[in-house]
Amino acid sequence: MKKRYLSTGNEACAEGALRAGCLFYAGYPITPQNELIAYMAVHMEGRGGVFIQSESELAAINMVLGSSAAGVRSMTSSSSPGISLKQEGISYMAGCELPGVIVNVMRGGPGLGNISAAQSDYFQATKGGGHGDYSVIVLAPANVQEMFDLTFDAFALADKYRTPVMILSDGMLGQMMEPLEFDEEIKPQGIIEKPWAMTGAANRSAQSIKSLYLGDGALEALNTKLQKKYEHIRTAECKSELYKCDDADIVLVAYGSIGRIARSSIDDLREKGIKAGLIRPITLWPFPYDEIKKVSKKAKKVLVIEMSAGQMVEDVRLAAEDDSKISFHGRTGGGVPTEKEIVEEVKELYA
Amino acid sequence: MPKFEKPRSMKDVATHYCPGCGHGLIHRLLCEVIDDLGVRETTVSVAPVGCAVLAYDYWDFDTMEAPHGRTPAVATGLKRVMPDKLVFTYQGDGDLAAIGTSEIIHAGNRGENISVIFVNNGVYGMTGGQMAPTTLKGQTTATSPHTRRVEKEGYPLKITEMMAVLDGVAYLERTSVDSYANIIKTKKAIEKCFRAQLEGKGFSMVEILSPCPTYWGMSPVESMERIRNEVVKEYPLGVIKG
Ligand code: SF4
Repeated sequence: MKKRYLSTGNEACAEGALRAGCLFYAGYPITPQNELIAYMAVHMEGRGGVFIQSESELAAINMVLGSSAAGVRSMTSSSSPGISLKQEGISYMAGCELPGVIVNVMRGGPGLGNISAAQSDYFQATKGGGHGDYSVIVLAPANVQEMFDLTFDAFALADKYRTPVMILSDGMLGQMMEPLEFDEEIKPQGIIEKPWAMTGAANRSAQSIKSLYLGDGALEALNTKLQKKYEHIRTAECKSELYKCDDADIVLVAYGSIGRIARSSIDDLREKGIKAGLIRPITLWPFPYDEIKKVSKKAKKVLVIEMSAGQMVEDVRLAAEDDSKISFHGRTGGGVPTEKEIVEEVKELYA
Repeated sequence: MPKFEKPRSMKDVATHYCPGCGHGLIHRLLCEVIDDLGVRETTVSVAPVGCAVLAYDYWDFDTMEAPHGRTPAVATGLKRVMPDKLVFTYQGDGDLAAIGTSEIIHAGNRGENISVIFVNNGVYGMTGGQMAPTTLKGQTTATSPHTRRVEKEGYPLKITEMMAVLDGVAYLERTSVDSYANIIKTKKAIEKCFRAQLEGKGFSMVEILSPCPTYWGMSPVESMERIRNEVVKEYPLGVIKG
């Protein structure tokens, strides 16, 4: 039976993880993701799982490395500065091919920045983040419901591809309250055997989990294997939402909470007689290059809107064939592009 | 006459360790203990970054890697979701007493029911014999060319003594592999360390003073003498807690 709740994005994310069968969570307090760690502290043990408030972000991600190696669905969460610290562990997870979910409730940077919402970790999330040639799947929810849904999906994706998956949210999405609906009977999806797990060498030979490959050509072979996997993910897992793009003269590209603000500005613009549409990437890696290419071909203008100095816009430029069509509107350091701001910007472009 | 055979828990391969290195010896001891306890099939260990990084090539039980120093955090994740397994870390002094100081102290303080085999040879062997937190006063290394001067490089870190004040820590002992008698004591200490975990007592650790002939610039025999004559003065042997 479907039930409705009033939930913050952070709590919806935590509940989505628990419903997906996450049985291990380690985290460290940082604003604006504190509702998430607190929710896990309250609910994890009652659901039969393990909750640890770790001594550091480094310890948290490495505890996840261990529990995931044991074959258990595992998660950690933080906000921007904390995610920087986790990059070492994420790189090891990618190299060791260990699944796991990492939530980044983004705040303003660089440095300590501030605690208001931002989207300035796009590069870090989608271009690797840590050392080495690797990618993590990056999912960008745009409302409280998607904080639940995409986190729920993230665990199945992580297991399927034996890879870390990141939920790229922001302080606004994390802390806002909205209705959340899910089936009380919902069961974890995509549960698969994990014969590689570190469960003891009983009835099989001893095995190891590692990212160290010293032999001649051995590390290149691992990288080739990883790249093949990434190529497959690119073709199979790309997701975006298109809104009124069919006849659009001007196409907005925005993700996450800005995707949602941009969506409301589309209706406003249409009422004013401007044929606007929106592409909202849901997977930021893999990035929906093909969709953007297709839609931008037909459109006269493409406007990218972000809470950053311009990061995703680089991927949009890669996707669109005609660079001259593209413009960018961004706010940083806690500035949020409003619906009105977006409408004004479009009107200017349209004039 | 009893035959001298490889422990079941040890793979029948040659190790990459330098002649006279303590790692091979310590590997053998802990493998013997695992055989004696009959826990090979329920053991999961975490190998360090350092000379023993390839331990999984030598041990015939499940072993995973950890980023440098994060070893106890990885072991925490493993043990919490598999409380019935014997989970231990194998760490050098750089891994445990420098870059991983935070992880080891907090694993101890939480009373994580894991075991730690801490191999202290006073240098970073893997990277070329640089100074470690445990390097002795007056010792010359690649990065303490003017010797370790306490006024600039600080003092040898007695991390095992530091761990003793933590309530979550159940058992701590420092041993050495410099003589037959001490090798037997080391084996006994490893057994006590693992038993503490199997009995659910909390965090347990054995610090083993071990030779690195290569970066001590000594023969294997001289290295053992150095442990006996110099190293134990800074790091006295015996049960520290438990
Ligand atoms: S460098 Fe030292 S610690 Fe490393 S293998 Fe050689 S002797 Fe052993």
